[in-house]
Amino acid sequence: MAEPRIIIVGAGPAGVRAAQTLVEAGLRPIIIDESARDGGQIYRRQPEGFTRPKSALYGSEAPRAEALHSSFDALKGRVDYRPRHLAWNIADGHLHVACEGQTQALAYDALIIAAGATDRLMPVKGWQHAGTYSLGAAQIALKAQASAIGRRVVFMGTGPLLHLVASQYAKAGAGVVAVLDTSTFSAQVKALPKLISRPDVLLKGLKLVAGLRLSGVPVLRGVTPVEIHGDAETGVSGVSIRLASGAVRRFDCDAIGLGYHLRPETQLADLAACDFEFDAATRQFRPKIDIDGRVSVSGVYLAGDGVLTQGADGAEISGRLAAFAALADLGREVPEAQIATLRRARARMERFREGLVEAFPWPHRLAADIPDEAIICRCEGITAHDLRQVATLKGAEELNRAKALSRVGMGRCQGRYCGHAAAEIVSAATGQPIESVGRLRGQAPVKPLALSTRKVSP
Amino acid sequence: MDAASPRFVRLGEHERPAVTIFVDGAAVSALAGDTLLVAVLTHQGRLRRSEFGPEARAGFCLMAACQDCWVWSEAGERLRACDTPVKSGLSVLTEQPDASWPNRA
Repeated sequence: MAEPRIIIVGAGPAGVRAAQTLVEAGLRPIIIDESARDGGQIYRRQPEGFTRPKSALYGSEAPRAEALHSSFDALKGRVDYRPRHLAWNIADGHLHVACEGQTQALAYDALIIAAGATDRLMPVKGWQHAGTYSLGAAQIALKAQASAIGRRVVFMGTGPLLHLVASQYAKAGAGVVAVLDTSTFSAQVKALPKLISRPDVLLKGLKLVAGLRLSGVPVLRGVTPVEIHGDAETGVSGVSIRLASGAVRRFDCDAIGLGYHLRPETQLADLAACDFEFDAATRQFRPKIDIDGRVSVSGVYLAGDGVLTQGADGAEISGRLAAFAALADLGREVPEAQIATLRRARARMERFREGLVEAFPWPHRLAADIPDEAIICRCEGITAHDLRQVATLKGAEELNRAKALSRVGMGRCQGRYCGHAAAEIVSAATGQPIESVGRLRGQAPVKPLALSTRKVSP
Repeated sequence: MDAASPRFVRLGEHERPAVTIFVDGAAVSALAGDTLLVAVLTHQGRLRRSEFGPEARAGFCLMAACQDCWVWSEAGERLRACDTPVKSGLSVLTEQPDASWPNRA
């Protein structure tokens, strides 16, 4: 029998550990990655010629980053690594992959998708102004380019990234004006029984916040974002929030890092026809997986933050489990004892993930109060009013219908940054539960391709 | 800040070789290893204008997901500034050239 062909999408923590597991089993997987270098977003490598040590880039996670990078380096020559390649469709048992104006269809016996996550966003009036960035963007500017997104930066939203990026900015000498967290202190206390499942990580989080306060940065909790102030020419000039007391407070700044934890990149799973299920805690749909990452479609496996936001350590575990699942399903022998250990470790990661969701909840109630004139779709400047109109007057109570009529979710980001909020707005405007409003269907190409892209044989 | 002020601030890695690129015809000094986005925004406040509103844009996600950082080569090709590395002599336009079929709603 010919060697089975296994394709991995993504060269972050999950993809790299999946590849390593397959190589150790004597296979030579193909790795498709959109970036120029391995590491994913979390362990993104700085470009050639940069000299900051890993301890400066990854802080306490430097040993893990180092381990992942060196594991990947050791795989060179034993994997078919294709950086700068975009996996843009799955159809008829083929993965469609584009690079430099050419696209090819790759057949596979098993496909492991480790597509990662992006920031989850809740629009706020004025977020279209230049100088508003996602929290992930703020971190990438620093980590990969040694730059800050502005001179005076406000970090707003919620999630573990909020305090982490703010503290990385403060440490690097950037101007941090304030950290404005929509979550409450009491939510964070209530989540402690779950968060204690990873005491080391919990302690690091607490130290980050304490460190920010010590350096004089105001850290406010339980805030309600009101407006990002700015000007069409010069961009962001400040942000207003409402405090728990009801008072409105303004902070002057020239940049904002904004985000509400993460959302998985599930478009490829959708195109592979995986079943999705509604998760009430995060109020989003996600592909159904078993503990190893198997989905409802045979031969397809999901790993990493692209399916469950268990973080980098969880991603490494899920990448190994997905690779073992693929090997087992292909009739190979797999190490049952090691798999059992990995599954136990994953269960702990899952408990911690649930704790983070409770500590930093998606503030869905904000959607109902977004003013009509606020832009929801940054891509095409479509307002909350336009979306509410199609939902209430034209009967678009389902999200894809609302997208077709309003164009919210149809722009160049393909709904990555407005889709979850749009669902909440439709839900609030029509009085329907969020799960009935549904989710934006994944569409190929999952990112824009040039019309001139040519199909070539593999 | 005024419209011409740089948006991004370099915090380190200053010791890289200088690379000259051209933005709307004007020479801009960047550093080897910069992305096009960082090269432009350490020089000025915006990357492009929104096709659907009055405002300047300067990117949003920096991880190739939002497509808010598109600029154009002189030949009219679209470049995603956040994951395009600079190289000497690279010439970009912040408005779509010859938009006889403009990308407007």
